Amino acid sequence: MTTAVSEVSGVSGRKRRYGAGSLTVVTWIVAILFVFPLLWMILTAFKQESDAYTDPPKLFFSPTFDQISGVLKGGFLPYLANSAFVTVVSTLLVLLLGIPAAYALSLAPVKKTKNALSFFLSTKMLPIVAAIIPLYVISQNTNLLDTVWALIILYTSMNLPLAIWMMRSFFLEVPGEMIEAAHIDGANLPTLLRKIIMPVVAPGVAATALICVIFSWTEFFYAVNLTAARAGTVPVFLVGFITSEGLYWAQLSAAALLASLPVMIVGWFAQNHLVRGLSMGAVK
Amino acid sequence: MSTISVPAGTAPATTHPASTKKATNKAGKRRLPLLPALIFVIAVTQIPFLLTIYYSFQSWNLVRPGSFHFVGFQNYADVFTDSTFLGALLNTVVLTVVCVFLSLLLGLGLAILLDRKFVGRGFVRTLLITPFLILPAAGALLWKTTMFDPTYGLLHFVFGTDVDWLSQFPLAAVMAQIIWQWTPFMMLLTLAGLQSQPKDVLEAASVDGAGRWRTFVSITLPHLSRFLQLATLLGAIYIVNSFDAIFLMTQGGPGTASTNLPFYIYQRAFEGFDIGQSSAMGVVVVIITMIVATFALRLMFRAFSVDGGTK
Repeated sequence: MTTAVSEVSGVSGRKRRYGAGSLTVVTWIVAILFVFPLLWMILTAFKQESDAYTDPPKLFFSPTFDQISGVLKGGFLPYLANSAFVTVVSTLLVLLLGIPAAYALSLAPVKKTKNALSFFLSTKMLPIVAAIIPLYVISQNTNLLDTVWALIILYTSMNLPLAIWMMRSFFLEVPGEMIEAAHIDGANLPTLLRKIIMPVVAPGVAATALICVIFSWTEFFYAVNLTAARAGTVPVFLVGFITSEGLYWAQLSAAALLASLPVMIVGWFAQNHLVRGLSMGAVK
Repeated sequence: MSTISVPAGTAPATTHPASTKKATNKAGKRRLPLLPALIFVIAVTQIPFLLTIYYSFQSWNLVRPGSFHFVGFQNYADVFTDSTFLGALLNTVVLTVVCVFLSLLLGLGLAILLDRKFVGRGFVRTLLITPFLILPAAGALLWKTTMFDPTYGLLHFVFGTDVDWLSQFPLAAVMAQIIWQWTPFMMLLTLAGLQSQPKDVLEAASVDGAGRWRTFVSITLPHLSRFLQLATLLGAIYIVNSFDAIFLMTQGGPGTASTNLPFYIYQRAFEGFDIGQSSAMGVVVVIITMIVATFALRLMFRAFSVDGGTK
């Protein structure tokens, strides 16, 4: 497992305080204990079923790729393709709708910005179950049931409020003088966005996109209720394992690992973006 | 910039002395970039909700064709006399409060451990954020099987008990999974807060002879409070809607011991086909959420001083 970290790890140049060594050991132990379920899942994904289901649990075994290839051959790929398509398209839509909105709420603030912002955030507070029945009925009547488009529309509206909040905070970091100068030169909005604002806010927009990707990829409720065999996403594929009452732990672990891997890798490589996005640009 | 507060005066001064007609045009033009997002969100979130309100006044059970008729507030009366609903409401409150609080506390603890230079720090951070990156559905199934299984689970192996966690402590088991899932999220936010502390203030404190605890309470915590508020708000928004863990681990059972509102509404709609009843529950949940959210939003605006950017 390789990791990408931008910071230099290691002992600081300062004189180490007494106890720093033991604190490091404690940190490592705590971290390993915390993620142990996950490490166990990765181990189990490479076991034979007979090794996965034992008492006491087996730590040492001869690893096999049977489970991974079994999942890949077992109809997993269409679900993966659906997930990828839905995630990419809805994230692009969020940016397309969200960037101009964030601009209007930050650099050229419309009246009642506060109202617009609270409205966006308040939609996040609507419990999604409260709308699922009409959504189901509407999807059925518009033939969107069990299509990727239903999910794309819903994921876009699900992520847009948070994305606008995040991007607005990044936009506010653009120096006002730059925009004024561009205004004086008579630049129109698209030019202003492309030439002046985007270069400054690009890292923030990337951070926002990353968070939209994570939330879309992992979304479960809409996916389970509005899709089935045709447009099912990766979480829907996993639901198929409930019926098999835990007798296929190795296969389940392999499926869970494969289902999570794309977002895991993206998240590892973009950790700092993740932190920036979540903290609404408060941290450089 | 190390604070969240928006610097005042970033808004460009675009008020030119102009005719009123020109001014209204300008205002309209300014609103233009906002409209697509606004219209989209209103259409996708408000229309279904209005339909939910409409359904909630109807008696409509999909299994009984022709049952669709107006019943006034009957569905609402039924909701408030439904003991399962009240139980689910209580479970939702307990689950949200406990999970947000504990994952925040754990996240803060982990963030403090990570807020120093040590060997392998980057790797440890990578490890710790991973539970937030895996599918909640995968996490839930994983805990249900490899952790909680009474015969072959890791908890059975570690504690040597034959406790069937999911049937004896269903809500606690579900909460454990949700806390595990959300702790990294809280950790990332609080770590961001810790690392944005002004170093000179910390140094001044140690020069003045303030101990670690004193420094933490007097300097770090006040600085963190915004980050903690943001983490609480975002965490609560998602955890209130918890569905994956309950659906996959316990199906709300045994009985209704681990049923929360999202799961109960789902059950009434998709298993009981009682559209009127579940819609009324949905509306009640929205009203409760709105009351709570009003307070939360007020906090949020205080924390982010939204007025700062707009004059």
